Amino acid sequence: MSAKSEVKKILKGEFTYKTLPMSAMILSPPTSPEYKTGIWRVKKPVIDDSKCIRCLLCWVYCPDIAIMRLEDDHVKIDYDYCKGCGICVSVCPVKAIKMEEG
Amino acid sequence: MSELKYFKTVKEIPREDRFAKGHRLCAGCGAAIAMKLAMKAVRGPTVVVNATGCVEVATTCYPYSAWAVPYVHVAFENTAAVASGVIEANRILNKKRGQKLYDVIAIAGDGGTFDIGLQALSGALERGHNLLYICYDNEAYMNTGIQRSGATPLGAATTTSPAGTVIPGKPQRKKDLIGIAVAHRIPYAATASIAYPIDYMNKIRKALEIEGPKVIHVLTPCVPGWRYSPSDTIKLARLAVETRYFPVYEVENGRVKITIKVDRPKPVEEFLKLQRRFAHLLKPENAHILETLKKSLEENWERLVKLEESGVII
Amino acid sequence: MTQVKRLAFMGDEAVAYAVKQCNVDVIAAYPITPQTIIVERLSEYVANGELDAAFVPVESEHSAISACVGGSLAGARVYTSTCSQGLALMHEILHAASSMRAPIGMTIVNRSLNAPLNIHCEHSDVMNARDTGWVHLFANNVQQAYDLTFISFKVAEDPRVLLPVSVNIDAFVLSHSVEPITPITDEDAAKYLPPRECEYPINPDRPITYGTMALPDTYMEFKMQFKEALDRVSEVFEEAVKEYEKISGRRYWYYDSYEIEDADALIIVLGSTYGTLKTAAKKLRAEGLKVGVMGLTMFRPLPEKELVKVLRNMKAVVVMDRAYSYGGLGGPLYTDIIGVLYRNGIRIPAKNVIYGLGGRDFKLDEAEAILRMAEKGVKEGGFETHVDWWGVKR
Repeated sequence: MSAKSEVKKILKGEFTYKTLPMSAMILSPPTSPEYKTGIWRVKKPVIDDSKCIRCLLCWVYCPDIAIMRLEDDHVKIDYDYCKGCGICVSVCPVKAIKMEEG
Repeated sequence: MSELKYFKTVKEIPREDRFAKGHRLCAGCGAAIAMKLAMKAVRGPTVVVNATGCVEVATTCYPYSAWAVPYVHVAFENTAAVASGVIEANRILNKKRGQKLYDVIAIAGDGGTFDIGLQALSGALERGHNLLYICYDNEAYMNTGIQRSGATPLGAATTTSPAGTVIPGKPQRKKDLIGIAVAHRIPYAATASIAYPIDYMNKIRKALEIEGPKVIHVLTPCVPGWRYSPSDTIKLARLAVETRYFPVYEVENGRVKITIKVDRPKPVEEFLKLQRRFAHLLKPENAHILETLKKSLEENWERLVKLEESGVII
Repeated sequence: MTQVKRLAFMGDEAVAYAVKQCNVDVIAAYPITPQTIIVERLSEYVANGELDAAFVPVESEHSAISACVGGSLAGARVYTSTCSQGLALMHEILHAASSMRAPIGMTIVNRSLNAPLNIHCEHSDVMNARDTGWVHLFANNVQQAYDLTFISFKVAEDPRVLLPVSVNIDAFVLSHSVEPITPITDEDAAKYLPPRECEYPINPDRPITYGTMALPDTYMEFKMQFKEALDRVSEVFEEAVKEYEKISGRRYWYYDSYEIEDADALIIVLGSTYGTLKTAAKKLRAEGLKVGVMGLTMFRPLPEKELVKVLRNMKAVVVMDRAYSYGGLGGPLYTDIIGVLYRNGIRIPAKNVIYGLGGRDFKLDEAEAILRMAEKGVKEGGFETHVDWWGVKR
């Protein structure tokens, strides 16, 4: 069973005690990505790529694995999961990230 | 396993995540950072054994799991005991039937380590299992709503040690976990801070390479518990070290080495003033408590410096 | 079936010998009187290379059972033993072990619970663990203590069950009494219990998250699965004892019985007192009293169907309990039996005798008195009181 289907069935209530995995095990982890924590956000960080020096500190410190490290070590925020904590804004040594509404 | 590389810069940190996005830890959670980085520091097949607590509840609520490695949760106080069983089973099954050996990392909060979990940890350390035990310390029983623990520092306000007019904050000092660990004569114990990720991750790698029980005590600021703005997590984790509030050192075969040197410490008030759990301590009527706290931090630092200089085996 | 020597063993020694022959992988050991001989013998077997297992001398019983859960999830055949305070200390994890479907073999050397502190035989320790979803088997002599150990692993590790199983032996009466036993050969043991095959072992090549938190939307379904595992125990148990009979020549069932076929009065008991009652019953049968004795081998899951088959032919039943449900209706076995009687429409008088608490000896003449009382209950169509605390100085 794929992670996606394992989660979808539970959310829809499409399960019986016989179809659930034994003793609440999760058989195809990780399944947490099925829940998009981006909906928690009140404000969102926006990266000014032109200022980014590719130090990767924001990628290291993001608690939610919501900053993607690209091939050339530039970074991109994954707004599906970003909770808007603002740590990236705080640790960026060149202030390339700013918090905006949304 | 191939020749293990220690990180020199953040660029060398592996891209692969074994701790997945979508977990439900708070925005700005220090423990989340500690878990993510720990899972990037592993050296091969790894199994995580975890105590009930913030990490467990927020990362493994059925049907969601943030762990790409085998993960075992049983109860609150027995992480080290469960891990002992897993390690010995793996070892004996490897011997009897060729099961592949894996690293076992036990992860528990300060609640599940300093207090209720201390017995199980002590037993596991004494028995000498090949176990890496990581305690993520947010300095209170955070998952149940910010109650004081044996890791809560002197004077801190929690829901069971509130900043009252008669008793302003926790009257007792924080336990010395590394001291307790080292008293079991284990080969390696260390503190770490998530604001020094290279130091933290290299300590994990170093520990995994050592045979026997190892303990890493990592400070993980907590947004609702310490009461600060979520973007300050790393700032606080750094100030904790820079003020000597949380010394970062290691004890290898009884020999102390301070790995993050703090020659010119910042005043601890700079760390305290950012957190509402210490707001009452900065008031004049509680100055004596603040002094006691500062004195104890100074004494602790001096102790570590002297131990390092003298090279005495503890 | 090959001819083997007879061995003289204390109950504890016989259990340790069986555990060795079961080729367990991990032993979590914490001593408590009178189980100590088990863990001591096992540590000797391991230290001398007679048993290839990880002997883990844990620092408490709570850690013992926790290590067993970890080891079981890792795919190992795991064993521990305890009783009394130790079993009580394990309590929280007993629920986790069974609900996480971790097969574990455990010998409980039934001893009373503090307070007062008492190291002698009583069944309160396992009764306190009655509802934990463990399979609870009772031995009534040393041979059974030995045999049931094999059967317990066979049942526990079956993929239809996957539950921890306890074998209960009376403190001192069985644990420290030397009786002759006929062991099975190492070869037969190895055939009966091949190395454990685990369907969901901890395996980095196939990661699984074990022990998640279930919210109200799914929790009851997980418990229903768990309940049904216990419902499947009887099927697996019957296969296990049939196979064991082939190699040992000894037949096990949900109970042992003596002269129940035409009995009017039945005495039901758990543990070694069965032997005493059987001897008393022999004498009374010779006098013409139609008494029968049942020693229950499986206590949990309660073999209701089998009990009904026997009880519906009785005119009165006396249930002997070596434990008490304080604040309740009587002893735990008694409350089970009157429940069975009621919901199966068997309207016979039932009497509860609370005996032997704190290890108080229960002698042959007392057993005879109980049997006569049972017979009297048949004649009079009832008993004077529901529950008797036998032999208390008033």
